[in-house]
Amino acid sequence: MTATTTTAPVVTEPRERVRRPRRRSLSPGRRLPAARLVGPALLLAVWAAASAAGRLDPGAIPAPWTVLRTAGHLWTAGTLPTDIATSVERAAYGFAIGLVAGVVLALASGLSRVGEALIDGTVNLNRAIPTLGLIPLFILWLGIGEAFKIAIIAIVVYVPIYLNTHAALSGIDSRFVELAEVQGLSRLRFVRQIVIPGALPGFFVGLRLGVTGSWLGLVVLEQINATSGLGYMMFQAQNYGQSDVILVGLLVYGVFGLVSDSAVRLIERRVLSWRRTLSS
Amino acid sequence: MAPHTEQLTRPAARLRGLTRSFDGRTVLDGIDLDLPAGQFTALLGHSGSGKSTLLRAVAGLDHKVAGSGRLDAPERVSVVFQDSRLLPWRRVLDNVLLGLDGKDAERKGRQALAEVGLEGRERAWPSELSGGEAQRAALARSLVREPELLLADEPFGALDALTRIRMHGLLRELWKRHRPAVLLVTHDVDEAIVLADRVLVLEKGRIGLDLTIDRPHPRSYRDPLLGEYRERLLAALGVTEDQ
Ligand SMILES: Nc1ncnc2c1ncn2[C@@H]1O[C@H](COP(=O)(O)OP(=O)(O)OP(=O)(O)O)[C@@H](O)[C@H]1O
Ligand SMILES: [Mg+2]
Repeated sequence: MTATTTTAPVVTEPRERVRRPRRRSLSPGRRLPAARLVGPALLLAVWAAASAAGRLDPGAIPAPWTVLRTAGHLWTAGTLPTDIATSVERAAYGFAIGLVAGVVLALASGLSRVGEALIDGTVNLNRAIPTLGLIPLFILWLGIGEAFKIAIIAIVVYVPIYLNTHAALSGIDSRFVELAEVQGLSRLRFVRQIVIPGALPGFFVGLRLGVTGSWLGLVVLEQINATSGLGYMMFQAQNYGQSDVILVGLLVYGVFGLVSDSAVRLIERRVLSWRRTLSS
Repeated sequence: MAPHTEQLTRPAARLRGLTRSFDGRTVLDGIDLDLPAGQFTALLGHSGSGKSTLLRAVAGLDHKVAGSGRLDAPERVSVVFQDSRLLPWRRVLDNVLLGLDGKDAERKGRQALAEVGLEGRERAWPSELSGGEAQRAALARSLVREPELLLADEPFGALDALTRIRMHGLLRELWKRHRPAVLLVTHDVDEAIVLADRVLVLEKGRIGLDLTIDRPHPRSYRDPLLGEYRERLLAALGVTEDQ
């Protein structure tokens, strides 16, 4: 707005001068490109600079390049790919079972009174017990192998998916129920065209919590009761004082978390494209 | 449905001794009413007089309300609500087609949208429509089912005055083309006079006044003869002009 060129045409000036009181926009504004990467990149830069300047104890926090070199070694030695595959498999099975269980239970309890009576109280009881507290019992039941780990992850995942989906299903707007009656929708169509689409935003909230939960469960399980996988690798490294290996493990966990969360966000944006929210 | 002359005498809806009460408080107290096929009726009344209760009873939406009486309503009844009530996750055309079957449905839906002046907006999301456009889409949704009885509860209540006048013209035109019996609930005396051929006043749970308005359409708010009707209706509502 500081046009001070001598050639500026005089005619347009009054128009430029009109000062309209603009309402301040309360939406946070346009997204910066790759906005989500700015923070992590800055953190990495600080870490690298501090390491290069010798301000960090390399035994406690090794330099980024050390971590990368270690990752390269572990990868070519073949241990890292195996550990990653083991961990991903655990998380994927647990997540898939938890997802299916959460959705099926939420549908059964959100769409029928009998289902609600049977399921809702039980799930809430389950929720009241911290899932990680169930570990000893599940080891007794299922042994120390993969089954118990998958079961624990499935429980961590299904609870938030169930709770959010059920709340969304039973919180259906009564005005839309009325509309469905007026339009003469069958019960099946009512569920398919109104109840389920209306519950999708709630389901996605649960889904994102479930994804986070599956990684959290994985980390805890692998660090206390595992003989393979990323957590086991980090646990071993702790015993031998290899902080660079621990950081490699954390890095992989971080990438997992970021990728899975981005995938869920992407699907959510596709499926809920009718929504006009602040983030659109 | 080809219009027959005898159809005008056959009621689209018949209410006999219709009673509705909430927690022992009687809101409708034995309503006797015939809504002839193809007649445009407006229902006036104070806020809380039971207009919506009556309309919801005729629409069959009052499952949990205590009451008695006889009610005959046709099979095809459409309702237009005060809010457009479009499903935000369905595009406009899919909203219009909600609950509609048949291979011809889509063509009918497009035609209904064209009739309310929303041609070209079939693929829009409801959140992209203005209030008036959304209400027009709701009108299209109610008409595409070819109702014998169209119930509307203050359908223009949330619109600005200018849009409302446009909607009056549109509704009247659509009524002329499709000829459903209309029961239009409104709190606006002028809206009732301009649109309807018969105006009812609901008072103390009964039809307090049943007025036939015998003036040609389109009507103007400034028609002096309508002034007489207005005064009678206002008097029935307990309001005098100089108040
Ligand atoms: N679900 C309900 N439970 C209890 N009382 C109700 C219920 N619905 C309506 N009422 C009562 O019934 C009476 C009539 O309500 P109704 O909504 O039919 O009025 P109305 O004439 O449509 O008013 P308005 O012009 O304000 O829309 C009111 O006193 C209201 O409080
Ligand atoms: Mg009302």
